[in-house]
Amino acid sequence: MRLSSPEDLELYREQLLRRVKPQRWVRVCAGTGCLAGGSQRVYEALVEEARRIGLDSPVKFQARCSGCHGFCEEGPLVVCGMRGSEVLYRKVRREDALEILLALADDRVVERLLYRDGREVYREERHIPFYALQMRKVLERCGKVDPRDVDHYISLGGYASLARALSMSPEEVIDLVTRAGLRGRGGGGFPAGQKWASCRSASGPQKFVLANGDEGDPGAFMDRSLMEGDPHSILEGMIIGAHAVGASKGFIYVRDEYPLAVENLTHAIREARRLGLLGRRILGSDLSFDVDICRGGGAFVCGESSALMASIEGRPGEPRVKYIRSTERGLWECPTVLNNVETWANVPIIIREGVEGYRSLGTKDSPGTKVFSLVGKVRRSGLVEVPMGTTLREIIFEIGGGVMGRNRFKAVQTGGPSGGCLPESKLDLPVDFDRLTREGSMMGSGGMIVMDHRSCMVDVARYFVKFLEGESCGKCAPCREGLKAMGEILEDLCSRRGRPGDVEMLLSMGNALTDTALCGLGQTAANPVLSTLRHFMEEYREHQDQGFCRAGVCRGMFVARVEADLCVSCGACAKVCPFDAIHRDPSGKFAVDQRCEGCGACLDVCPMGALLPSPRGVRE
Amino acid sequence: MSADHHDDRLREILHRYPRHPRFLLAFLQDVQREFKHVPRKAMEASSERFMVPMSRVYSVATFYRALSLVPRGRKTIKVCMGTACHLRGAPRVLEAIEEALQVRCGGTTRDGEFSVEAVNCLGACALAPVVMVEDRCYGSMTAAKVREMLEEERGR
Repeated sequence: MRLSSPEDLELYREQLLRRVKPQRWVRVCAGTGCLAGGSQRVYEALVEEARRIGLDSPVKFQARCSGCHGFCEEGPLVVCGMRGSEVLYRKVRREDALEILLALADDRVVERLLYRDGREVYREERHIPFYALQMRKVLERCGKVDPRDVDHYISLGGYASLARALSMSPEEVIDLVTRAGLRGRGGGGFPAGQKWASCRSASGPQKFVLANGDEGDPGAFMDRSLMEGDPHSILEGMIIGAHAVGASKGFIYVRDEYPLAVENLTHAIREARRLGLLGRRILGSDLSFDVDICRGGGAFVCGESSALMASIEGRPGEPRVKYIRSTERGLWECPTVLNNVETWANVPIIIREGVEGYRSLGTKDSPGTKVFSLVGKVRRSGLVEVPMGTTLREIIFEIGGGVMGRNRFKAVQTGGPSGGCLPESKLDLPVDFDRLTREGSMMGSGGMIVMDHRSCMVDVARYFVKFLEGESCGKCAPCREGLKAMGEILEDLCSRRGRPGDVEMLLSMGNALTDTALCGLGQTAANPVLSTLRHFMEEYREHQDQGFCRAGVCRGMFVARVEADLCVSCGACAKVCPFDAIHRDPSGKFAVDQRCEGCGACLDVCPMGALLPSPRGVRE
Repeated sequence: MSADHHDDRLREILHRYPRHPRFLLAFLQDVQREFKHVPRKAMEASSERFMVPMSRVYSVATFYRALSLVPRGRKTIKVCMGTACHLRGAPRVLEAIEEALQVRCGGTTRDGEFSVEAVNCLGACALAPVVMVEDRCYGSMTAAKVREMLEEERGR
């Protein structure tokens, strides 16, 4: 079956929509998070039990897998549908399969599997506060569409934007994308339309479009969910891009750590080829274009554009100095457009909604929505899509439900290793490309890591510098040697070996690195240090001058102290203390003696938060 | 595995890919998967087939973390050290694995069953801390759950 014109595609879609719909259905999340919780077994159990109880005709019942819903913390997730209504079940186990099906058959709901928050019970996904405040555009189909079934994607309106784009001239498509103001979602925020136009006008024997799926930032997984959960939306965007710039070949560069993304994308490409959506004369137009997958080799630096291209060419992934833009001479010296997978997935939305529609969300300079991965010490972690310009406070407190447990918010880290930490005073900052950069952080690819007062900012800076030190490709000295030297100072600060002048040294080295490194990753590598220095200087001073870690993270740099008013005499702290330093005092409360070595074990277990880190030598 | 069989497998993998330098990395990854390391023979064969100098094959084979010149265990345990996992206690999980297997991070157990590696973010942050064994994912790990995970993996 090959679709040889846009009309063919529409006819095919109508055919698919005319198929009898099942009266009842279940959709099991098969994203990485839910699979880890055993969702594959849940799916199998549902299929088997359905057969056993006679729910086996396609008219009566259908079971499908979907991609990631983004609410991974509550997985495995199962959505049941009946008579136009949907019910979301969370933390489903295979043993629940029969009960779910019996309830489904009688139009009942299994109350115990519903999502609860305090006293509220929620039946439908869209009412849960985590989703209610989101605006899902890029992730609209993620969690709904079966990523292994192109027909499902088409029946939900897929590839309609491609058909429309093919009826436009390449210049018209570029003009539309430019006026819509699409900016690169991978971190740089470079205007996509401008990139495309420059590639369009460049000359070369062949042109390429590339999708960057080398999501290396720790704490970010939106690209992964998109590649796993809605692969065709990325392909559709790339085919439109190929039409616009005149490319004949595309590559999707996927991280080595994402086997499921590789699998689902490979399957999607095969299906698209079968339908003639990839290959020669796509939908009867003059466009011939095909896509291959390139698996990364486990190197963070390959997320950088010139390193990524080197890697596709089969060389070590080392960046080069960009005197000439890759839109003129990129992959194999040919004009190349490289966009992040999320950027590509925005393209069909722009074609569908037009400039006005797309710009109705977001801010003037950063239109549209952005997907963030909200993780760390936050109550509801997962993928969050909001219009640009939403404040950090809304994202963390209203959607994410604030900080876990009884802890207090301290900072949010955005932009991965190239970004920085922002303190509570910056929570009302609207999130867009330029605002975050102005505050010394960065939007980056969209990682958002929440930290509470038990997170040590010097330790966080050390963590990122160590990360980058290990990932530095070693080509330029500022990055290779500078990160190593900064890492040593930070290591000293975190183990009571701080010296006067350390903090100043970090600051000057950080600035030098920013000014002199060769590639984008090196130039931003000092951001985690510089931003924590800017907003949390007092913590650095305490580490350097007093050998004190107020968060109780750096070993031996604090002693535990019991706040007697808060102690409920449960004794949990005494049980975990490896130094036998905690005992009941005459009043029945617990107290810490001089044997405390500052390991922090008791701080983690106290249910009341009654144990506090205090400087060594200061005791009750 | 006999030497002949070894060569046959290598040839089979080599012929999966057309003669173009760009398939070098993909080929070496397949070799790594099959033999748990990149043997010298494979590097020589790929140098010839993909028409690249041996020095470049070597530089690729040593640049990427997914490739190794010395044999790794039959199963690779990847302990996620991403930011979210770091904050939720991944270092303690790694310590527990090292202790249970009596092997340091980066090393391979004596029986050749497991290699232990620390990796930067597996992209399953909502399940932090995460450990991945081959392509199976274990979420919300604690030091106490390590033994159970290892037993399940040994049984596979």
